Amino acid sequence: MKIDPIHQFNIEPLFTIGHIGNHTIAFTNSSLYMLVAVAVITLLMLTSGKQLVPGRLQSVAELSYEFVASTIRSTAGAEGMKFFPLIFSLFMFICVSNLVGIIPYAFTVSSHIIVTAALALLVFVTVLIYGVAKNGLKFFKLFVPSGVPGYILPLVMFIEILSFFLRPVSHSVRLFANMLAGHIALKVFAGFVAMLGVSLGAVGWIGGVMPLALTVALTALELLVAFLQAYVFAILTCIYLNDAIHPGH
Amino acid sequence: MAESHGGAKGQPAGAHTEADGGHHGGGFPPFESSTFASQLVSLAIAFVALYLIVSRVALPRVGGVIEARQNKIEGDLAEAQKLKDQSDAALKAYEGELAAARSRAQAISNETRDKLNAQAEAERKALEDQLTAKLAAAEKTIATTRTTAMSNVRGIAADAASTIVQRLTGVVPDAKSVDAAVDASLKG
Repeated sequence: MKIDPIHQFNIEPLFTIGHIGNHTIAFTNSSLYMLVAVAVITLLMLTSGKQLVPGRLQSVAELSYEFVASTIRSTAGAEGMKFFPLIFSLFMFICVSNLVGIIPYAFTVSSHIIVTAALALLVFVTVLIYGVAKNGLKFFKLFVPSGVPGYILPLVMFIEILSFFLRPVSHSVRLFANMLAGHIALKVFAGFVAMLGVSLGAVGWIGGVMPLALTVALTALELLVAFLQAYVFAILTCIYLNDAIHPGH
Repeated sequence: MAESHGGAKGQPAGAHTEADGGHHGGGFPPFESSTFASQLVSLAIAFVALYLIVSRVALPRVGGVIEARQNKIEGDLAEAQKLKDQSDAALKAYEGELAAARSRAQAISNETRDKLNAQAEAERKALEDQLTAKLAAAEKTIATTRTTAMSNVRGIAADAASTIVQRLTGVVPDAKSVDAAVDASLKG
Protein backbone atom coordinates (compact mmCIF):
# COMPACT_ATOMS: atom_id res chain seq x y z
CA MET A 1 0.00 0.00 0.00
CA LYS A 2 1.38 3.33 -1.09
CA ILE A 3 0.99 6.50 0.91
CA ASP A 4 -0.12 9.35 -1.35
CA PRO A 5 -0.24 12.47 0.84
CA ILE A 6 -0.83 14.74 -2.15
CA HIS A 7 -4.04 13.15 -3.38
CA GLN A 8 -6.11 15.03 -0.80
CA PHE A 9 -5.26 18.33 -2.47
CA ASN A 10 -6.59 17.32 -5.90
CA ILE A 11 -9.16 19.59 -7.45
CA GLU A 12 -11.98 17.47 -8.81
CA PRO A 13 -14.49 19.24 -11.07
CA LEU A 14 -18.05 18.28 -10.19
CA PHE A 15 -19.72 20.07 -13.11
CA THR A 16 -18.88 22.85 -15.52
CA ILE A 17 -20.33 26.30 -15.02
CA GLY A 18 -19.04 28.02 -18.16
CA HIS A 19 -16.01 29.38 -19.93
CA ILE A 20 -14.03 32.60 -19.58
CA GLY A 21 -11.69 32.91 -22.55
CA ASN A 22 -9.76 29.67 -22.75
CA HIS A 23 -10.49 28.75 -19.16
CA THR A 24 -13.13 26.30 -18.17
CA ILE A 25 -14.90 27.41 -15.00
CA ALA A 26 -15.94 24.33 -13.13
CA PHE A 27 -17.74 23.82 -9.88
CA THR A 28 -15.13 21.79 -8.01
CA ASN A 29 -14.78 20.10 -4.66
CA SER A 30 -13.01 23.29 -3.59
CA SER A 31 -16.06 25.36 -4.60
CA LEU A 32 -18.25 22.97 -2.62
CA TYR A 33 -16.18 23.40 0.52
CA MET A 34 -16.09 27.18 0.09
CA LEU A 35 -19.89 27.12 0.06
CA VAL A 36 -19.86 24.76 3.04
CA ALA A 37 -17.76 27.30 4.96
CA VAL A 38 -20.12 30.14 3.99
CA ALA A 39 -23.11 28.01 5.00
CA VAL A 40 -21.59 27.08 8.36
CA ILE A 41 -20.80 30.73 9.15
CA THR A 42 -24.26 31.83 8.03
CA LEU A 43 -25.94 29.16 10.14
CA LEU A 44 -23.81 30.03 13.15
CA MET A 45 -24.41 33.76 12.92
CA LEU A 46 -28.07 33.73 11.87
CA THR A 47 -29.67 30.79 13.63
CA SER A 48 -28.11 31.23 17.05
CA GLY A 49 -30.59 32.57 19.58
CA LYS A 50 -31.13 36.16 20.63
CA GLN A 51 -31.46 35.38 24.31
CA LEU A 52 -30.33 37.71 27.05
CA VAL A 53 -28.41 34.82 28.59
CA PRO A 54 -26.80 33.12 25.59
CA GLY A 55 -26.87 29.39 24.94
CA ARG A 56 -23.86 27.51 23.59
CA LEU A 57 -24.33 28.30 19.90
CA GLN A 58 -25.16 31.93 20.64
CA SER A 59 -22.05 32.14 22.83
CA VAL A 60 -19.89 30.93 19.95
CA ALA A 61 -21.41 33.54 17.63
CA GLU A 62 -20.99 36.34 20.16
CA LEU A 63 -17.48 35.23 21.14
CA SER A 64 -16.34 35.30 17.52
CA TYR A 65 -17.93 38.73 17.08
CA GLU A 66 -16.26 40.17 20.15
CA PHE A 67 -12.98 38.38 19.50
CA VAL A 68 -12.61 39.94 16.04
CA ALA A 69 -13.92 43.31 17.24
CA SER A 70 -11.40 43.49 20.09
CA THR A 71 -8.58 42.37 17.80
CA ILE A 72 -9.36 45.23 15.43
CA ARG A 73 -9.72 47.78 18.22
CA SER A 74 -6.42 46.81 19.81
CA THR A 75 -4.39 46.81 16.59
CA ALA A 76 -6.05 49.34 14.28
CA GLY A 77 -7.96 51.49 16.75
CA ALA A 78 -11.60 52.55 16.64
CA GLU A 79 -11.24 53.70 13.02
CA GLY A 80 -10.38 50.15 12.02
CA MET A 81 -13.97 49.14 12.85
CA LYS A 82 -14.87 50.34 9.32
CA PHE A 83 -13.28 47.13 8.15
CA PHE A 84 -15.02 44.94 10.71
CA PRO A 85 -17.18 43.09 8.13
CA LEU A 86 -14.16 42.45 5.91
CA ILE A 87 -11.92 41.19 8.70
CA PHE A 88 -14.72 39.18 10.26
CA SER A 89 -15.46 37.55 6.89
CA LEU A 90 -11.76 36.77 6.33
CA PHE A 91 -11.24 35.38 9.82
CA MET A 92 -14.38 33.26 9.83
CA PHE A 93 -13.91 32.03 6.26
CA ILE A 94 -10.33 30.91 6.90
CA CYS A 95 -11.04 29.55 10.36
CA VAL A 96 -14.09 27.53 9.30
CA SER A 97 -12.49 26.17 6.12
CA ASN A 98 -9.36 25.21 8.09
CA LEU A 99 -11.44 23.46 10.73
CA VAL A 100 -13.71 21.74 8.21
CA GLY A 101 -10.57 20.58 6.40
CA ILE A 102 -9.45 18.58 9.43
CA ILE A 103 -12.48 16.29 9.09
CA PRO A 104 -11.20 13.14 7.33
CA TYR A 105 -11.91 13.06 3.57
CA ALA A 106 -12.85 16.75 3.62
CA PHE A 107 -11.11 19.19 1.31
CA THR A 108 -9.11 22.10 2.73
CA VAL A 109 -9.82 25.26 0.73
CA SER A 110 -6.94 27.18 2.28
CA SER A 111 -4.37 24.56 1.29
CA HIS A 112 -4.29 26.08 -2.20
CA ILE A 113 -1.96 28.99 -2.80
CA ILE A 114 -4.34 30.58 -5.30
CA VAL A 115 -7.03 30.94 -2.63
CA THR A 116 -4.75 32.38 0.04
CA ALA A 117 -3.04 34.60 -2.53
CA ALA A 118 -6.40 35.96 -3.67
CA LEU A 119 -7.38 36.76 -0.08
CA ALA A 120 -3.98 38.33 0.66
CA LEU A 121 -4.17 40.42 -2.52
CA LEU A 122 -7.67 41.52 -1.54
CA VAL A 123 -6.21 42.85 1.71
CA PHE A 124 -3.21 44.38 -0.08
CA VAL A 125 -5.36 46.20 -2.63
CA THR A 126 -7.77 47.36 0.07
CA VAL A 127 -4.86 48.78 2.08
CA LEU A 128 -3.41 50.50 -0.98
CA ILE A 129 -6.68 52.02 -2.20
CA TYR A 130 -7.91 53.08 1.23
CA GLY A 131 -4.50 54.41 2.22
CA VAL A 132 -4.17 56.58 -0.88
CA ALA A 133 -7.83 57.67 -0.82
CA LYS A 134 -7.67 58.70 2.82
CA ASN A 135 -4.18 60.14 3.09
CA GLY A 136 -3.33 61.04 -0.51
CA LEU A 137 0.41 61.22 -1.10
CA LYS A 138 1.06 61.25 2.64
CA PHE A 139 0.37 57.53 2.50
CA PHE A 140 3.78 57.04 0.91
CA LYS A 141 5.44 58.51 3.98
CA LEU A 142 5.00 54.93 5.13
CA PHE A 143 8.17 54.19 3.19
CA VAL A 144 10.12 57.08 4.71
CA PRO A 145 10.65 56.38 8.40
CA SER A 146 11.30 59.53 10.41
CA GLY A 147 14.61 60.01 12.23
CA VAL A 148 16.75 58.10 9.74
CA PRO A 149 20.01 59.79 8.67
CA GLY A 150 19.95 61.04 5.08
CA TYR A 151 22.75 58.90 3.77
CA ILE A 152 21.07 55.57 4.58
CA LEU A 153 17.55 56.79 3.78
CA PRO A 154 17.60 55.42 0.19
CA LEU A 155 18.54 52.01 1.49
CA VAL A 156 15.87 52.08 4.20
CA MET A 157 13.28 53.24 1.68
CA PHE A 158 14.22 50.46 -0.65
CA ILE A 159 13.80 47.90 2.12
CA GLU A 160 10.50 49.43 3.25
CA ILE A 161 9.08 49.40 -0.27
CA LEU A 162 10.29 45.88 -0.87
CA SER A 163 8.79 44.62 2.38
CA PHE A 164 5.53 46.42 1.61
CA PHE A 165 5.18 44.70 -1.74
CA LEU A 166 6.25 41.36 -0.32
CA ARG A 167 3.49 41.51 2.28
CA PRO A 168 0.88 39.66 0.19
CA VAL A 169 3.45 36.95 -0.51
CA SER A 170 4.28 36.26 3.13
CA HIS A 171 0.64 36.80 4.08
CA SER A 172 -0.60 34.13 1.69
CA VAL A 173 2.29 31.66 1.81
CA ARG A 174 2.17 31.50 5.61
CA LEU A 175 -1.41 30.25 5.64
CA PHE A 176 -1.04 28.04 2.58
CA ALA A 177 2.18 26.38 3.76
CA ASN A 178 0.88 25.78 7.27
CA MET A 179 -2.27 24.06 6.04
CA LEU A 180 -0.46 22.10 3.36
CA ALA A 181 2.32 20.87 5.65
CA GLY A 182 -0.08 19.98 8.46
CA HIS A 183 -2.30 17.94 6.18
CA ILE A 184 0.63 16.15 4.57
CA ALA A 185 2.05 15.24 7.97
CA LEU A 186 -1.33 13.99 9.15
CA LYS A 187 -1.75 11.92 6.02
CA VAL A 188 1.71 10.40 6.26
CA PHE A 189 1.31 9.37 9.90
CA ALA A 190 -2.22 8.08 9.34
CA GLY A 191 -0.93 6.18 6.32
CA PHE A 192 1.70 4.45 8.48
CA VAL A 193 -1.04 2.96 10.65
CA ALA A 194 -2.80 1.33 7.71
CA MET A 195 0.46 0.31 6.05
CA LEU A 196 1.78 -1.42 9.17
CA GLY A 197 -1.53 -3.15 9.78
CA VAL A 198 -1.79 -4.45 6.22
CA SER A 199 1.79 -5.50 5.63
CA LEU A 200 2.86 -6.92 9.01
CA GLY A 201 -0.34 -8.50 10.33
CA ALA A 202 -0.65 -8.81 14.12
CA VAL A 203 2.78 -7.27 14.77
CA GLY A 204 1.81 -4.36 12.57
CA TRP A 205 -1.41 -3.85 14.49
CA ILE A 206 0.61 -3.40 17.68
CA GLY A 207 3.23 -1.34 15.91
CA GLY A 208 0.53 0.87 14.49
CA VAL A 209 -0.33 2.19 17.95
CA MET A 210 2.54 4.67 17.86
CA PRO A 211 1.68 6.41 14.59
CA LEU A 212 -1.99 6.30 15.59
CA ALA A 213 -1.19 8.15 18.81
CA LEU A 214 0.88 10.62 16.81
CA THR A 215 -1.99 11.11 14.40
CA VAL A 216 -4.30 11.94 17.29
CA ALA A 217 -1.75 14.38 18.71
CA LEU A 218 -1.20 15.93 15.28
CA THR A 219 -4.93 16.34 14.82
CA ALA A 220 -5.06 18.28 18.08
CA LEU A 221 -2.11 20.38 16.91
CA GLU A 222 -3.81 20.96 13.56
CA LEU A 223 -6.95 22.18 15.36
CA LEU A 224 -4.78 24.74 17.11
CA VAL A 225 -2.98 25.66 13.87
CA ALA A 226 -6.29 25.99 12.03
CA PHE A 227 -7.50 28.59 14.50
CA LEU A 228 -4.12 30.23 14.96
CA GLN A 229 -3.48 30.73 11.25
CA ALA A 230 -6.91 32.30 10.81
CA TYR A 231 -6.11 34.59 13.73
CA VAL A 232 -2.67 35.42 12.33
CA PHE A 233 -4.18 36.22 8.96
CA ALA A 234 -6.78 38.46 10.58
CA ILE A 235 -4.35 40.27 12.85
CA LEU A 236 -1.90 40.88 10.00
CA THR A 237 -4.80 42.30 8.02
CA CYS A 238 -5.50 44.62 10.96
CA ILE A 239 -1.86 45.70 11.14
CA TYR A 240 -1.71 46.38 7.40
CA LEU A 241 -4.97 48.32 7.56
CA ASN A 242 -3.59 50.28 10.50
CA ASP A 243 -0.81 51.44 8.15
CA ALA A 244 -3.47 52.70 5.76
CA ILE A 245 -5.39 54.47 8.55
CA HIS A 246 -2.38 55.93 10.39
CA PRO A 247 0.52 55.97 7.90
CA GLY A 248 2.74 58.11 10.15
CA HIS A 249 4.05 55.06 12.08
CA MET B 1 1.66 28.56 -18.75
CA ALA B 2 -1.96 28.47 -17.70
CA GLU B 3 -3.11 29.68 -21.08
CA SER B 4 -1.02 27.29 -23.08
CA HIS B 5 -2.13 24.42 -20.85
CA GLY B 6 -5.79 25.36 -21.07
CA GLY B 7 -5.47 26.21 -24.74
CA ALA B 8 -3.93 22.95 -25.71
CA LYS B 9 -6.80 20.95 -24.32
CA GLY B 10 -9.36 23.70 -24.72
CA GLN B 11 -12.29 21.72 -26.10
CA PRO B 12 -12.48 18.72 -23.79
CA ALA B 13 -11.63 20.78 -20.73
CA GLY B 14 -13.82 18.81 -18.33
CA ALA B 15 -12.38 15.55 -19.54
CA HIS B 16 -8.87 16.95 -19.23
CA THR B 17 -9.21 17.86 -15.55
CA GLU B 18 -10.98 14.64 -14.75
CA ALA B 19 -8.28 12.65 -16.42
CA ASP B 20 -5.71 14.73 -14.59
CA GLY B 21 -7.43 14.01 -11.29
CA GLY B 22 -7.67 10.38 -12.20
CA HIS B 23 -4.04 9.50 -12.59
CA HIS B 24 -2.78 12.52 -10.61
CA GLY B 25 0.76 12.15 -11.72
CA GLY B 26 0.61 15.55 -13.35
CA GLY B 27 2.19 17.49 -10.53
CA PHE B 28 1.48 19.16 -7.28
CA PRO B 29 -2.25 20.10 -7.15
CA PRO B 30 -1.83 23.53 -5.52
CA PHE B 31 0.43 24.55 -8.40
CA GLU B 32 -1.84 23.21 -11.17
CA SER B 33 -2.55 26.48 -12.88
CA SER B 34 -5.39 25.01 -14.92
CA THR B 35 -7.51 24.90 -11.77
CA PHE B 36 -6.82 28.50 -10.77
CA ALA B 37 -9.61 30.12 -12.77
CA SER B 38 -12.27 27.83 -11.33
CA GLN B 39 -11.02 28.38 -7.82
CA LEU B 40 -10.85 32.14 -8.22
CA VAL B 41 -14.37 32.35 -9.58
CA SER B 42 -15.85 30.19 -6.85
CA LEU B 43 -13.82 32.02 -4.21
CA ALA B 44 -15.09 35.35 -5.52
CA ILE B 45 -18.69 34.14 -5.46
CA ALA B 46 -18.40 32.53 -2.03
CA PHE B 47 -16.50 35.40 -0.46
CA VAL B 48 -18.75 38.13 -1.85
CA ALA B 49 -21.78 36.19 -0.67
CA LEU B 50 -20.19 35.76 2.76
CA TYR B 51 -19.24 39.44 2.92
CA LEU B 52 -22.79 40.51 2.06
CA ILE B 53 -24.34 38.13 4.58
CA VAL B 54 -21.87 39.17 7.27
CA SER B 55 -22.08 42.93 6.73
CA ARG B 56 -25.82 43.19 6.03
CA VAL B 57 -27.32 40.62 8.36
CA ALA B 58 -25.00 38.68 10.63
CA LEU B 59 -22.97 41.41 12.32
CA PRO B 60 -25.89 43.83 12.88
CA ARG B 61 -27.88 40.94 14.33
CA VAL B 62 -25.23 39.66 16.76
CA GLY B 63 -24.05 43.19 17.53
CA GLY B 64 -27.62 44.18 18.30
CA VAL B 65 -28.01 41.28 20.71
CA ILE B 66 -24.76 42.19 22.48
CA GLU B 67 -25.72 45.85 22.66
CA ALA B 68 -29.19 45.02 23.95
CA ARG B 69 -27.60 42.91 26.67
CA GLN B 70 -25.18 45.69 27.55
CA ASN B 71 -28.05 48.18 27.78
CA LYS B 72 -30.08 45.77 29.86
CA ILE B 73 -27.19 45.24 32.27
CA GLU B 74 -26.55 48.96 32.58
CA GLY B 75 -30.26 49.64 33.06
CA ASP B 76 -30.50 46.98 35.72
CA LEU B 77 -27.43 48.30 37.51
CA ALA B 78 -28.86 51.84 37.47
CA GLU B 79 -32.19 50.50 38.75
CA ALA B 80 -30.41 48.60 41.52
CA GLN B 81 -28.44 51.72 42.46
CA LYS B 82 -31.66 53.74 42.55
CA LEU B 83 -33.35 51.19 44.78
CA LYS B 84 -30.31 51.06 47.02
CA ASP B 85 -30.33 54.84 47.34
CA GLN B 86 -34.01 54.70 48.17
CA SER B 87 -33.52 52.07 50.83
CA ASP B 88 -30.58 54.03 52.26
CA ALA B 89 -32.74 57.14 52.46
CA ALA B 90 -35.53 55.14 54.08
CA LEU B 91 -33.08 53.71 56.60
CA LYS B 92 -31.78 57.18 57.42
CA ALA B 93 -35.32 58.52 57.84
CA TYR B 94 -36.18 55.58 60.04
CA GLU B 95 -33.11 56.12 62.19
CA GLY B 96 -33.87 59.83 62.50
CA GLU B 97 -37.41 59.12 63.50
CA LEU B 98 -36.28 56.49 65.96
CA ALA B 99 -33.86 58.94 67.59
CA ALA B 100 -36.56 61.62 67.77
CA ALA B 101 -39.02 59.18 69.29
CA ARG B 102 -36.42 58.05 71.78
CA SER B 103 -35.64 61.58 72.90
CA ARG B 104 -39.33 62.37 73.07
CA ALA B 105 -39.89 59.28 75.20
CA GLN B 106 -36.99 60.38 77.40
CA ALA B 107 -38.54 63.83 77.81
CA ILE B 108 -41.96 62.40 78.63
CA SER B 109 -40.52 60.02 81.18
CA ASN B 110 -38.46 62.81 82.78
CA GLU B 111 -41.46 65.06 82.96
CA THR B 112 -43.65 62.36 84.42
CA ARG B 113 -41.04 61.46 87.00
CA ASP B 114 -40.63 65.07 88.03
CA LYS B 115 -44.36 65.54 88.27
CA LEU B 116 -44.80 62.39 90.30
CA ASN B 117 -41.89 63.33 92.53
CA ALA B 118 -43.35 66.77 93.14
CA GLN B 119 -46.74 65.29 93.86
CA ALA B 120 -45.29 62.74 96.23
CA GLU B 121 -43.26 65.45 97.94
CA ALA B 122 -46.35 67.60 98.36
CA GLU B 123 -48.37 64.72 99.78
CA ARG B 124 -45.56 63.82 102.11
CA LYS B 125 -45.35 67.40 103.35
CA ALA B 126 -49.12 67.61 103.88
CA LEU B 127 -49.05 64.34 105.80
CA GLU B 128 -46.11 65.51 107.86
CA ASP B 129 -47.85 68.79 108.69
CA GLN B 130 -50.96 66.90 109.66
CA LEU B 131 -48.97 64.55 111.81
CA THR B 132 -47.09 67.43 113.43
CA ALA B 133 -50.37 69.12 114.19
CA LYS B 134 -51.78 65.91 115.66
CA LEU B 135 -48.61 65.44 117.69
CA ALA B 136 -48.85 68.96 119.06
CA ALA B 137 -52.50 68.46 119.95
CA ALA B 138 -51.69 65.17 121.64
CA GLU B 139 -48.86 66.77 123.63
CA LYS B 140 -51.16 69.53 124.70
CA THR B 141 -53.77 67.03 125.86
CA ILE B 142 -51.15 65.11 127.74
CA ALA B 143 -49.94 68.30 129.46
CA THR B 144 -53.46 69.29 130.45
CA THR B 145 -54.22 65.85 131.70
CA ARG B 146 -51.03 65.78 133.67
CA THR B 147 -51.72 69.19 135.24
CA THR B 148 -55.21 68.10 136.15
CA ALA B 149 -53.90 64.85 137.49
CA MET B 150 -51.27 66.65 139.50
CA SER B 151 -53.77 69.01 141.07
CA ASN B 152 -55.93 66.03 141.97
CA VAL B 153 -52.92 64.37 143.52
CA ARG B 154 -52.40 67.35 145.78
CA GLY B 155 -55.98 67.29 147.00
CA ILE B 156 -55.86 63.57 147.62
CA ALA B 157 -52.52 63.88 149.33
CA ALA B 158 -53.85 66.69 151.58
CA ASP B 159 -56.94 64.62 152.46
CA ALA B 160 -54.86 61.57 153.10
CA ALA B 161 -52.41 63.53 155.21
CA SER B 162 -55.13 65.15 157.37
CA THR B 163 -56.84 61.76 157.81
CA ILE B 164 -53.53 60.13 158.82
CA VAL B 165 -52.79 62.93 161.28
CA GLN B 166 -56.31 62.63 162.76
CA ARG B 167 -55.92 58.89 163.23
CA LEU B 168 -52.55 59.24 164.81
CA THR B 169 -53.19 62.19 167.00
CA GLY B 170 -56.92 62.34 167.17
CA VAL B 171 -56.72 66.00 166.44
CA VAL B 172 -58.02 67.43 163.19
CA PRO B 173 -55.14 69.37 161.81
CA ASP B 174 -55.38 72.74 160.47
CA ALA B 175 -56.16 72.70 156.79
CA LYS B 176 -53.67 75.40 156.06
CA SER B 177 -50.70 73.71 157.67
CA VAL B 178 -51.60 70.43 155.92
CA ASP B 179 -51.66 72.14 152.56
CA ALA B 180 -48.33 73.78 153.30
CA ALA B 181 -46.84 70.48 154.33
CA VAL B 182 -48.16 68.70 151.21
CA ASP B 183 -46.83 71.45 148.98
CA ALA B 184 -43.45 71.25 150.65
CA SER B 185 -43.41 67.50 150.27
CA LEU B 186 -44.47 67.69 146.57
CA LYS B 187 -41.73 70.15 145.92
CA GLY B 188 -39.17 68.24 147.85
